[in-house]
Amino acid sequence: MFYFDFSGTLARWPEFVHAGLYTILLSAAAMLLGLVIGIVGAFARLSSIKPARFIAGSYVEIIRNTPFLVQIYIVYFGLPAVGIRLDALTAGILSLSLYAGAYITEIARAGIETVDKGQVEAARALGLSPYLTFRHVILKPAMAAVYPALTSQFILVMLATSVVSVISIPELTGVANDIQGLTFRSLEAFLIVAVIYLGLTAAFKGLFTVFDRTLFAFKYVGR
Amino acid sequence: MFQTFSFNHVLFLAQAGLWTLLLSFMALFGGAIFGALIMLARISLYAPLRFIAKAYIYVIQGTPLLVLLFIAYFGLAFAGYDVPALVAAGFAFTLYAAAFLGEIWRGSIEAIGKGQWEGAAAIGLNWPKTMRFVIVPQAVRVAIPPTVGFFVQLVKNTALASIIGFVELTRAGQIVANATYQPLSVYLTVAAMYFVLCSCLSFASRRLDEKFHNNGVHQPIT
Repeated sequence: MFYFDFSGTLARWPEFVHAGLYTILLSAAAMLLGLVIGIVGAFARLSSIKPARFIAGSYVEIIRNTPFLVQIYIVYFGLPAVGIRLDALTAGILSLSLYAGAYITEIARAGIETVDKGQVEAARALGLSPYLTFRHVILKPAMAAVYPALTSQFILVMLATSVVSVISIPELTGVANDIQGLTFRSLEAFLIVAVIYLGLTAAFKGLFTVFDRTLFAFKYVGR
Repeated sequence: MFQTFSFNHVLFLAQAGLWTLLLSFMALFGGAIFGALIMLARISLYAPLRFIAKAYIYVIQGTPLLVLLFIAYFGLAFAGYDVPALVAAGFAFTLYAAAFLGEIWRGSIEAIGKGQWEGAAAIGLNWPKTMRFVIVPQAVRVAIPPTVGFFVQLVKNTALASIIGFVELTRAGQIVANATYQPLSVYLTVAAMYFVLCSCLSFASRRLDEKFHNNGVHQPIT
């Protein structure tokens, strides 16, 4: 007969906590780097320079049409063949950021396209410097416009961190795999981890709502 | 000692690609049937049904697919079913696809104006007939492009089934990479195969979207 026995697995809670922190750090790094790549990629896709458009366009298509798992294998196992040897953590963060960046490029591009050209011209006419125009007239409203899509993508990136366990990064899924090998209670270990991921999803969603209220407070003025 | 990466290996990979396709279609059909039920529960008039569907979608979309795969794989064994990896993977992907398709289709149904429901009610159609003759035929136009778009996700994500030991394209790539010790060329070939498959589907999704003039509404979160 089958029965649940969580005791042995739960006794290893410090390992789960440590792995959870690892997952949070990995996610945060990938989200931030992905956002930077995405914003640069979006401007490249919209630029008047043809090679920049082409490079950004191919980058997005290649990443979006191949499995993330294969991308990790290429970065971690493939690149040493051409002399680029990365440790597991660097390879993991690099592939996660490149993966996130491709999707965020498309999201950010949609956001930038919502900014009216007249707004930029008005800002320049009022004497705002190019940097301030970029920051307050283009970037901020653009990101505010696509914020819901951006946060959904961030959640997907957080869930995708589970895949880097294949290159032995000790995040939640990897640690669950190690623990089930020691306790022989496989289902219990993965059920616990699933619950932790659900909690992380909820926590990140809550955090993004707070960010929305503070970063894009102008959206709520007068409502 | 090592073999060199040759055309025979490419043929082996292409064969494994058929298993990737099979698993993707299994997930699509299983997910379509179960997803339709989720969609119906989600738009149902009974609050408990709506709640169950919503909770289901929340749980599936809030857990990594890889963890879901492990749970299906070990869970089925735990329940006493000794199933091959294909069945465990097919089961997990069906659960996964159902949550996303249910949500995509709910959006498509809700994109149809309230006037259509009222019009149908005014000419005396009951709920099943309203759905069958008025709502679904219009919603299908909205739903097809994002559904094809989601199928791209599904094809890509079947790569994860390699982790529980199902020999599809990615696992075959691993086997060939280990035999030839040329991981870069092997994995690039594997990636190219996925790329051909997925970019055709992505292109189709975009074309259908333009054709139906959906203007990007109700695109899945990809």
